[in-house]
Amino acid sequence: MPLIIKLAARNLFHDRLRFIATIIGIVFSIVLVTVQMGLFVSFGRMVTTMIDHASADLWIVPLGTKNFEAPSPMDEVERARALSVEGVADAIPILVSFAQWRMSDGGTTPVFIIGSDPKVPGLHPWNVVEGKLDALLIPGAVAIDQSYFERLGSKGLGDTAEIRDRRAQVQVVTKGIRSFTTTPFVFTTLDRARTYTGTPRNKASYLLVHVAAGTGVETVRGRLQKVLVKAEALTPGEFSDRSRSFWLFGTGAGAALFGGALLGVIVGTVIIAQTLYASTKDHINEFATLRAIGSSGRYIYTVIIIQALLSAVIGFCIAAAIGLVIVRVTAESALPVFMPPALTASLFVLTVAMCIFSAITAIVQVMRVDPAMVFTR
Amino acid sequence: MAAVDVVKVLGEGAGKVRALKGVSLALAGGELTLLMGPSGSGKTTLLSILGCMLSPTEGTVQVCGKSTAGLKAEQLAKLRRDHIGFVFQSYHLFPTLTALDNVRLTLDVRGEYSQRAAAKAGDALAAVGLAHKVNSFPAELSGGEQQRVAIARAIVADAAAILADEPTAALDAENGQSIMAVLADVAKNPRRGVLVVTHDPRILPFASRIVSIDDGRIVGEAPGAQRRTNEASITNEASVTSKASDNAQASHNAQASHNAQASHGDKHD
Repeated sequence: MPLIIKLAARNLFHDRLRFIATIIGIVFSIVLVTVQMGLFVSFGRMVTTMIDHASADLWIVPLGTKNFEAPSPMDEVERARALSVEGVADAIPILVSFAQWRMSDGGTTPVFIIGSDPKVPGLHPWNVVEGKLDALLIPGAVAIDQSYFERLGSKGLGDTAEIRDRRAQVQVVTKGIRSFTTTPFVFTTLDRARTYTGTPRNKASYLLVHVAAGTGVETVRGRLQKVLVKAEALTPGEFSDRSRSFWLFGTGAGAALFGGALLGVIVGTVIIAQTLYASTKDHINEFATLRAIGSSGRYIYTVIIIQALLSAVIGFCIAAAIGLVIVRVTAESALPVFMPPALTASLFVLTVAMCIFSAITAIVQVMRVDPAMVFTR
Repeated sequence: MAAVDVVKVLGEGAGKVRALKGVSLALAGGELTLLMGPSGSGKTTLLSILGCMLSPTEGTVQVCGKSTAGLKAEQLAKLRRDHIGFVFQSYHLFPTLTALDNVRLTLDVRGEYSQRAAAKAGDALAAVGLAHKVNSFPAELSGGEQQRVAIARAIVADAAAILADEPTAALDAENGQSIMAVLADVAKNPRRGVLVVTHDPRILPFASRIVSIDDGRIVGEAPGAQRRTNEASITNEASVTSKASDNAQASHNAQASHNAQASHGDKHD
């Protein structure tokens, strides 16, 4: 092991209590940031999950739509306009709207109805664990997620309920299709969705456009924009961005999550800076000796930076392990903490940056060391 | 290494003190020079200036022919790294490193990281009689052994000058003599000069030269017992006497010389 690393490591581990305090500070900070950012990423994914799972090259949405969950009814005439555009192979209507689910015991709960014709590519339930998608064609059939059984008063396949005084029977069960709003999604056919929500037959929420083979999506989009009157055409990416932006930043939820993460970074930086400063102060004689025997400033800074990096690596490893536990524990919750590899890598970079930034106070202190002090101590 | 007409003013305003008032001192290879004087006489300030840790207010300092005038902190550090070894009163070893690593540190800061550096450090420890303690930590060593490690650290990079600040002050008489014997041995290298700041008269027999300083001025200089012994052995080999009696005589001469100089210094001031 290079001597400079050995020196830094021994300096760091020499005072075990202080070292443990440093690591706790880093772990606390990084776990807090992990949870906040994990929720942020998870939230960002959940608000676009329907858009991500829909089969569409382009979405036609009512003008001014801010997010997937809040459409205004769009007239079918827009579909006719879309189908008249060269390069549009199909424009499939889907309906999304809130309704009341009445359980067999008489209790009610709001649900989010998603209506899409199972016979054509649209927005259908995925991760089906019981029943088949075709079963939605059975009169009164609906698909619900198993995570909402309790909420919907259901035990699974075959259970019945009422939506807007119409019979609904669970024919399909999915796993993991959850809403960040905690309102259960209920999938059914387009027509039945209209019935359940009292939507006129000539209305839909969105049109899922499939572009004809050999035609550019952007070209078709340009043509659609010219013919649509009270609607606009968005790519799935744009619609996702718009939804994400609304929920994360329009509502302040994202700012709150970011605020928590920032707080974690600040707390961590202060704790690490304080402990590195104290450690450097304790070893000031040794740094003065290093300076006296002719070490360059760079050598000394490197010792401190290595101390910071060692703290970062050890602290991050523990924090990441705790983070993984949190990910597992929250996996089945309404808003799971999600830690994709990119976030993990970013958190590592953040930890390292935080530790190096924290080392600045210690470095400033060492820069002031007078090597001649070794003669007087 | 040489200081010429060095003046050093410490402090500011009302607390300003002229610690050195025009000191000139040259350190020659193959010599062990003792710098003696009472507390506050300017010994440590002169040592710090010669060691390129402080810059003189006036006058010049040259290390291996290079003037230190106008050099920045990093350049002064390089001069120390390349040419000067230090031995401190309280050793200043790194408690978390072994004896070998403490010595290797001098090479490490010079960019020598290889196995050869470890071998050189081992050789330096062997030269001070600590070949069997390479893996010991400072806390496991006696004061004398710690000071030997510090000497090994000072000589491992083949420094042209070794500056020792009260190297025996924290040691008992036996260990003090032993350390001085090691430093005297180190000074036998004709390319290396050793300057020892001390007020311990028991180490006078090891000096080639004794320089007295008081109130910021050099007040006397005399050849030490080692030089007299050397000269005696060159001019009349047949008259070489036993080492014990020789040292005793040298010690007596040096002490007498020092007392005379100190007395002269007092009158001068």
